[in-house]
Amino acid sequence: MIRGIVIGILVLAVAGTGYWGYQEHQEKNAVLLNAENNYQRAFHDLTYQVNLLHDKIGSTLAMNSGHSLSPSLADVWRITSEAHSSVGQLPLTLLPFNKTQEFLTNVGNFSYRTAIRDLDKEPLTKQETDTLQSLYKQSGEIKSELRKVQSMALKHNLRWMDVQLALASGKENTDNTIIDGFKKVEKTVSGYEEANMGPTMLNQQAKDENFKNLSGKTISQQEAMKEARVFSNINGGAHIKVTESGKGARYGFYSVSIKNPKSDQVVNMDITKKGGHLIWLMDNRTVAKQKISLHDAAGKALSYLNNNGYKNMEEYESSQYDNIGTFNFVTTIGGVRIYPESIKVKVALDNGEIVGVSAEEYLQSFQTRKIDKPIISMEQARKKVNPNLKVMEDRQAVIMNNLNHEVLCYEFLGTLGNDTYRIFINAKNGMEEKVEKLQNPESLNEGPM
Amino acid sequence: MLKKSLLYSAILSLLASSFIWLKTIDTYAFTGQVIHRGAVGEDVIELQSRLKNIGFYHGKIDGVFGWSTYWALRNFQSQFGLPVDGLAGKTTKAKLVKATKYNGASAAKSNNSSVASKSVKNTAVNTPQGITQNDIRLMANAVYGEARGEPFEGQVAVAAVILNRLSSPAFPKTIPGIIFQPGAFTAVADGQIWLTPNETARKAVIDALNGWDPTDNALYYFNPATATSSWIWGRPQIKRIGKHIFCR
Repeated sequence: MIRGIVIGILVLAVAGTGYWGYQEHQEKNAVLLNAENNYQRAFHDLTYQVNLLHDKIGSTLAMNSGHSLSPSLADVWRITSEAHSSVGQLPLTLLPFNKTQEFLTNVGNFSYRTAIRDLDKEPLTKQETDTLQSLYKQSGEIKSELRKVQSMALKHNLRWMDVQLALASGKENTDNTIIDGFKKVEKTVSGYEEANMGPTMLNQQAKDENFKNLSGKTISQQEAMKEARVFSNINGGAHIKVTESGKGARYGFYSVSIKNPKSDQVVNMDITKKGGHLIWLMDNRTVAKQKISLHDAAGKALSYLNNNGYKNMEEYESSQYDNIGTFNFVTTIGGVRIYPESIKVKVALDNGEIVGVSAEEYLQSFQTRKIDKPIISMEQARKKVNPNLKVMEDRQAVIMNNLNHEVLCYEFLGTLGNDTYRIFINAKNGMEEKVEKLQNPESLNEGPM
Repeated sequence: MLKKSLLYSAILSLLASSFIWLKTIDTYAFTGQVIHRGAVGEDVIELQSRLKNIGFYHGKIDGVFGWSTYWALRNFQSQFGLPVDGLAGKTTKAKLVKATKYNGASAAKSNNSSVASKSVKNTAVNTPQGITQNDIRLMANAVYGEARGEPFEGQVAVAAVILNRLSSPAFPKTIPGIIFQPGAFTAVADGQIWLTPNETARKAVIDALNGWDPTDNALYYFNPATATSSWIWGRPQIKRIGKHIFCR
């Protein structure tokens, strides 16, 4: 009798567990299928978009008038941007697929620049037509490679979840049609580097080379420690540690960490090997209640810069975050602001100590420069500004334009409605180089915190 | 002699009384600081209220010295014959106090009824150019999920990697796109991104957004103890911060 009851209960329990397990299994499958479908959509979108891209570039080649070229190039730009977004949704992060993405970005930049140009006045140059030709060929190759992967995937019901698992477990060398296919695409694109995109390429390399303007001789670890004490204002027998940068660094630097005996906090910084320049500094000590004003803090930041050899700096941006003042400084030469040479400084508002410096941009663009004389006058430049804008401040400034060139501009600060704008008009040809809407304070109840 | 000293004491007492009188009427006057653009706090609330009182400022009394407040102050300075520098210093504040009425918290409260507490509080914050508090929160989530055990510098570094990817042609073009790219961050894959981030993570994100990059423009990082991909080991390494190796 008792045995019967026990058996009955156990049977029920087994059946219940089974049912529960079955339900869990169903749910898991549904979720997996959902994720798989998202990947599938992104993948098939991508092949479709690359297909379209190839066709579109092809038809622009056959076009003649700027009238039809501009919309077509704008279409190319839109398609590359969509394809780029599709790639971003695929689990390819651990797979070298950078070149293909760079290719898409470059095609996008190229088509955007040419699309916004007045092609009736300034038709495509011979070189640009050649570029389009090679882009047509290259996109065709990518298209056919992707097509192959697609047909294999459809034929064998290949799943992206398997790709993800293979990549996550680090066994990407195992045979996997999709991974191999994408690797092949990447290899094809890698051969394209010679393609001439003109000045439209996002030229990271050119930016890095500018570090060569660093002055001074190469310093040793000992000297780096000495510099670190100066930059951090920590003297005496503080504990100090230096490590050298690895092989991947753009330029050699020492990472120095120095313990502040007063606050027991470690101050970290990087110092260039050449010349011992400070790249950045960070002191994450707790900042007590505000005692000094943001204005006094700006003065402290400026004298810190002056004491460390940065001359002619002018503060142009200041914000208070909790009890810390953050300032942005730029070099001025004869009243002209050099925006690429900017340094950021953080000041603790409890005692005015410097708790952060970032001079990377400054070091990248620093050079001894001669400022050209403007060709058009301030009044002429002002006429180029939107007449609805109420100009409140003006000055001359050097900025980096969209093509990564330094240009001399007239800078206008003005208001339109309740918003403030910073507008740069090229001082040579009157072109509107840049228009920025400046940030308004954000209301607290719009944020999550 | 007696007359003279009487006169002196009369003048003195007059001065003293006027001083006391000034003191009592200006209970809510500014503190001694020069108010600078970007500042936050009660002085800014007073500045905005006073400028609004005489019609120079039209925005919200939010306690953040932003651009609208700056232009309002400059207009005030130019109309009242003061040097136009956009700073609320001693003379400017004195002129403002003379020209306007301000009864402290109550006035500010009537302008913004949502502030229920007695003391005047800021209702807005500074954010880096082009960034909202929600963006900061999302990045703080990612940083906290990825690097909460790391030193502060290592947390700034993780945030900086996200921003470096934003300017790289090989990655998605938005911050959410980068964070949620499949396989990009383990914290996203295992759900740790949805832990509630702490203040340190938020500060690290703000530092990175304001231009601090301890990684020398790194695009990848990995934990050598747990990294399984052989590919990531092949990337050129830049430096190590805490448990993470940052590479190009």
